[in-house]
Amino acid sequence: MSFLRKSVHLLGSVARRQQHLKVIGGAISTAARDYGSTPSDDYANFPGARAPFVSKLNLIQPEDYAPIPIYRVMDQDGYIADETQDPQLGREVVEKMFRDMVLLNTMDKILYESQRQGRISFYMTNFGEEASHIGSAAALEMRDLIYGQYREAGVLVWRGFRIDQFIDQCYGNTNDLGRGKQMPVHYGSRELNFVTISSPLSTQMPQAVGAAYAMKLKPNNDACVVCYFGEGAASEGDAHAAFNFAATLGSPVILFCRNNGFAISTPSREQYRGDGIAGRGPMGYGIATIRVDGTDVFAVYNAMKAAREYVLKENKPVVFEALAYRVGHHSTSDDSTAYRPAEEIEVWNSVEHPISKLKRYMVHKGWFDEDVENEYVKDIRKKVLKQIAASEKKLKPNWREMFEGVYAEMPQHLIEQRNELEKHIEAHKEHYPLKNFEK
Amino acid sequence: MNIISAHSLHNYIRSNIRCSLWIRSYFTYYPTCLGTGKRMNMFNAINNAMDLALEEDKSALLFGEDVGFGGVFRCSVNLRDKYGSRRVFNTPLCEQGIAGFAIGVANTGATAIAEIQFADYIFPSFDQIVNEAAKYRYRSGGLFDCGSLTFRVPCGAVGHGALYHSQSPEAYFAHTPGLCVVVPRGPIKAKGLILACIRDPNPCIVFEPKTLYRAAVEEVPTEYYTSQLGKADILRHGKDVTLIGWGTQVHVLLEVAETAKLKLNIDCEVIDLVSILPWDTDAICSSAKKTGRVIIAHEAPLTQGFGSELASYIQEKCFLHLEAPVKRVTGWDTPFPHVFEPFYMPDKHRCLSAIHDIVKF
Repeated sequence: MSFLRKSVHLLGSVARRQQHLKVIGGAISTAARDYGSTPSDDYANFPGARAPFVSKLNLIQPEDYAPIPIYRVMDQDGYIADETQDPQLGREVVEKMFRDMVLLNTMDKILYESQRQGRISFYMTNFGEEASHIGSAAALEMRDLIYGQYREAGVLVWRGFRIDQFIDQCYGNTNDLGRGKQMPVHYGSRELNFVTISSPLSTQMPQAVGAAYAMKLKPNNDACVVCYFGEGAASEGDAHAAFNFAATLGSPVILFCRNNGFAISTPSREQYRGDGIAGRGPMGYGIATIRVDGTDVFAVYNAMKAAREYVLKENKPVVFEALAYRVGHHSTSDDSTAYRPAEEIEVWNSVEHPISKLKRYMVHKGWFDEDVENEYVKDIRKKVLKQIAASEKKLKPNWREMFEGVYAEMPQHLIEQRNELEKHIEAHKEHYPLKNFEK
Repeated sequence: MNIISAHSLHNYIRSNIRCSLWIRSYFTYYPTCLGTGKRMNMFNAINNAMDLALEEDKSALLFGEDVGFGGVFRCSVNLRDKYGSRRVFNTPLCEQGIAGFAIGVANTGATAIAEIQFADYIFPSFDQIVNEAAKYRYRSGGLFDCGSLTFRVPCGAVGHGALYHSQSPEAYFAHTPGLCVVVPRGPIKAKGLILACIRDPNPCIVFEPKTLYRAAVEEVPTEYYTSQLGKADILRHGKDVTLIGWGTQVHVLLEVAETAKLKLNIDCEVIDLVSILPWDTDAICSSAKKTGRVIIAHEAPLTQGFGSELASYIQEKCFLHLEAPVKRVTGWDTPFPHVFEPFYMPDKHRCLSAIHDIVKF
């Protein structure tokens, strides 16, 4: 028997994004009503579940559920399939979206290369996921708080994090907002409401849920929390905690899964067997859920707008799954050709690339001038290269800062240790790279 | 679509090249020589050990994040092809799952070799390891155990790993009765310890200093052998000062011992502790009694680092033989920092100063 199949056509023909969530919710309850061939009027009153009794034994199979459909606005060729879904963004906004994606892509290529040359110690690119960053960031307000994983640099680009701020962080120099403490790409900005990245996976997820809960309790709250994470990270225990806390405690948080198909080398088919991360939302945790084509910037934008509206109105979470493909290697420590075919990558790097799709849309609109855009790219390249040279020349923070920020105030034992090191360095100056650090 | 190429970056910045901080080695590797075997680096030797274990014991399973394609440090390379994906496989990304799953495998008597990708990421599995693995035999009155379980965990500084790719968390686990904790200093030892841990009837953790995977090369015997658990190695004999370390730090101490002899005419005895839990009290105490001066060096922070345990045990058992207080040279009591790593490490200069000070005491 079919569980959700009946309602697939409903999901497939979502007419308006405002209705989208409602329809998914409706589909689930339809499924519940359809349970068993002779549904009983008699609902059980177990504290653990309210559901009808049936008299036929039925082992529910995953296949009984139709997959949650993928919301898409724009096709591969940049045409909008259903005009009602056109977000009607003005030329300026679309141009900013495009240019921010191009900026991210350009910066990624150069910084990746600069790691290969030993200029910075590490880097992670965002190739193939530009639309999910920009589309989601564009639908938010600056007051919304972001918890990222580590591959969301586009969100920062949209919010106005500058090229010099990115590159200074990668160099850990004296202008790095993180004060040289963390590896490259561990960005953070108080001003832009973007909590500093931490390498351990999924740790940010329950934190985001807690932050959202606290924000909900503030009078006249009109800000939500967005938590980005990968489909691999969703396997961690913290992910379960986050989903469950968000649902039971009612946190206005958007749990944004960037499902890019890979956790380092592990493909998503080895990461889970259910219907992606979206599949966990409605039935698994009782959370409203949206799944979108993460290479379609307008789909991400529309869905994010709807999600934001929902979480703030209802004070409930949303599970948001953006499907894309990690076009780059996991990081500069990885060579992904060891575990996936180059031809597969090429498809996602060309016809399916989010920047290509948006470009085609702009071409149809008559908003794309090849020469102007080439100039823009050239200009960005120049700026990034110039900034690399400048950031490289800047000194690192004074080495004594190593002892700062461990506690709000430096305790005695750390003062002693700092003094000990000071004495040691004074006596052995020649062995330490002091010239690279501020005095 | 032309999405920018970066090929001219090199030319652009070539004119203002600065010496990169990242290409800076913290230690010089001192190989162990047995005079026989095949040239292997540490990941080759670990691969060879696991190959032998999987070959010999049909119940043995090898798993962890990205283990299938060879692991991010290449330790399991080709083993899935050789033994099949039912025995060598990727797990979902979940350390607590890996640890719990491994315990369950071992409960049935099958052998579990579980990789936690980085020691920095072992903490979600702390509950499973500390409350379950370590206590299984004790709490069940010997009815159940998970002794056929071995965790392999890359650890330690690499020069640019910062907070979450550098830590040496051996002391957290040394605080847990029921576990065996070991740290190899190179390929020969790594292979012997892994095979010993797999055979040992207790749950074991092998912390593998990841900077040694490629940098450490030795002639490794190709046949099956084990290195005794709980036993330290005296790598250099000396009468003046005892230097104790493990993992990468052993190589720093060997170099420092050479320098101390050359520049200060001080004879250092260098001991690789090898086993953190249980540890070789006899070897340490007899050396401490002989030299009367002991320095312990480790990358982990000072406070409650394993050096604390050694120091208090030594003063308790060897008090009347000591000529100076036991000294510790360690990472500072801060998180492991990125650009400040050269100032954080218990490097050869700090170790040499400590020798100087302890002799002058």
